[in-house]
Amino acid sequence: MIARQIDFAARRDLRAVLAAGLVFLYAPILVLIAFSFNDSRRTVVWQGFTVEWYRQAFEDEALLEAALNSLIVAAGSTILSTLLGIMLGLALHRYRFRGKASLEGLVYLPIVVPEVCLGVALLVFFSALDVTLSLATVIAGHVVFSFPFVAVIVRARMAGFDPALEEASRDLGAGTWQTFRCIMLPHMLPGIAAGALIALTLSLDDFVVTFFTSGPGSTTLPIKIYAMVRFSVTPAVNAASTVLILLTALAAAAAMALNRRDTTRELP
Amino acid sequence: MAAIIEVRDATKRFGAHAAVDRVSLSVAEGEFFALLGPSGCGKTTLLRLIAGFETADGGSIAIDGTDMTGVEPQDRPVGMVFQSYALFPHMTVAGNVGYGLRVTGVAKSEIERRVAETLALVKLDGYAERMPAQLSGGQRQRVALARALVKRPRVLLLDEPLSALDAKLREQMRHELVRLKQSVGITFVIVTHDQSEALSMADRVAVMELGRVRQIAAPDELYEHPNCRFVAEFIGRINLFDGRAAGVVEEAGGRRLIVEGAALGRVGVPMNGASAAASALAVGVRPEKVRLDAAEPDDQRIRLQGRVVEIAYFGETSQIMLALDGGATVSAALTNATRSVRPGVAVGDVLWASWDPADTLVLET
Repeated sequence: MIARQIDFAARRDLRAVLAAGLVFLYAPILVLIAFSFNDSRRTVVWQGFTVEWYRQAFEDEALLEAALNSLIVAAGSTILSTLLGIMLGLALHRYRFRGKASLEGLVYLPIVVPEVCLGVALLVFFSALDVTLSLATVIAGHVVFSFPFVAVIVRARMAGFDPALEEASRDLGAGTWQTFRCIMLPHMLPGIAAGALIALTLSLDDFVVTFFTSGPGSTTLPIKIYAMVRFSVTPAVNAASTVLILLTALAAAAAMALNRRDTTRELP
Repeated sequence: MAAIIEVRDATKRFGAHAAVDRVSLSVAEGEFFALLGPSGCGKTTLLRLIAGFETADGGSIAIDGTDMTGVEPQDRPVGMVFQSYALFPHMTVAGNVGYGLRVTGVAKSEIERRVAETLALVKLDGYAERMPAQLSGGQRQRVALARALVKRPRVLLLDEPLSALDAKLREQMRHELVRLKQSVGITFVIVTHDQSEALSMADRVAVMELGRVRQIAAPDELYEHPNCRFVAEFIGRINLFDGRAAGVVEEAGGRRLIVEGAALGRVGVPMNGASAAASALAVGVRPEKVRLDAAEPDDQRIRLQGRVVEIAYFGETSQIMLALDGGATVSAALTNATRSVRPGVAVGDVLWASWDPADTLVLET
């Protein structure tokens, strides 16, 4: 395996392909970040460093409101989908029941269904129930596609749980709730945190489902940025986008770090 | 002595298969009791019934005079040591040992005192702040013991406690368990598939097969007086010959049963409980009770002539296998009592294997 890795690194053609791929993936983002600091309103030529666009973005009340909405939606949907995901993941781990196989299939459904379809479905559903579109409907929409991820991660985490630990706890006099809180929850925690951060990431940058489920006054940051771009691409849009990228990247990095630590701290 | 555990007709089914089938036994207070049997005989299921992790489909289990039906594991006066040890990986050694006291609301100072005391008992002083991942297998075993003992249970249940250790450490932990048993004085019930573990540690052993108890007896009783063919073959080594009862004769030494068999010929053995009416019998003798001679021994001994086909050297003993004319074999265990390297027996030698009729086991099959 190691020999193959060295071989790969030594092959210039393969390295060139890899470099081209990385440039294709990340250059647009780097350009966007760079030009958010460019001291020029129009041109795409570098004129000098400035944080003026960040100042403008942070003074744009509509943009700030959208950012605040994004945080509210992200917080709400993360908490709800984490709770639902824990319960579903645990149920799938622990119990055998009729229709379990179908339920497992259903869990993956929101993950694989095209987001546009999910958005349309939610819109039709809400209007059929005569629910006014608001932040609450956006949160509900986000929960729908986030909680399966949490459930899948929690369940995978619990697959490595020794059932004898639970029995040992009960044998030592702990009740069901104490056993859950003192023994199972600490084991699950890295999975829960990773799942919650993924839910947070998904919610923060979601556009499609939000587009269908948000009403007036419940615009989130991605929708707002899209709306701004339709008028003109100002450097303030670059600045706002950079902030959004930073937030999601931080959440994703934290999730990955937790998953890593989690695998290195197991008993042999 | 009063019975601390009283199992009556306990039955546990998994689907159509009865893992524990109408088992009755009683364990005396302060006894070291072993459940012994091959894998799948139901010994672990029986232990889990006693601990409360499984619910019996029939029969009853009483601990310390109280019926345990419907009593949750956390409310039973037993402590369990799991085969995998089941230490809580996110807690220190002290955290693991103190857990059972914390969840039942024991005062903090009392917890500290008892944890320290119990760690000293299992010789783990100074390890309180280690994490389980930093311990060796033997140390984890000691933590598991301390964690169960700190609650001062009436009964300690041990599920294959030595199976995860290597041979040297297993020997050491065996002594350790006997020492612990003596210092805490409570009842130990151990599940094992290893007969030498059961025989060397336990006061009494229940041998199980296919969910049933075959025999409950002290180790020497089990070895010298097995009550059936399964127990005789499961405990130690034995030479068994098929035969049938062919009458009873009165002799000076008492009544003797005459047994006829293909390999055995016609021999008279002490009655020791076997029925004269049983048509199918097995006649057995332990290898260490068999003597090998070049010349035919005197009249009293049961004898068979054969050719040496195999010599297995075990250090303290050598196992010599003779092939008889009819195809049957008989093994003799010779103690290597002196430092001679040549045993004086070679493959191909024709020898007489003989034993005292009193050492003969007669088993109904």
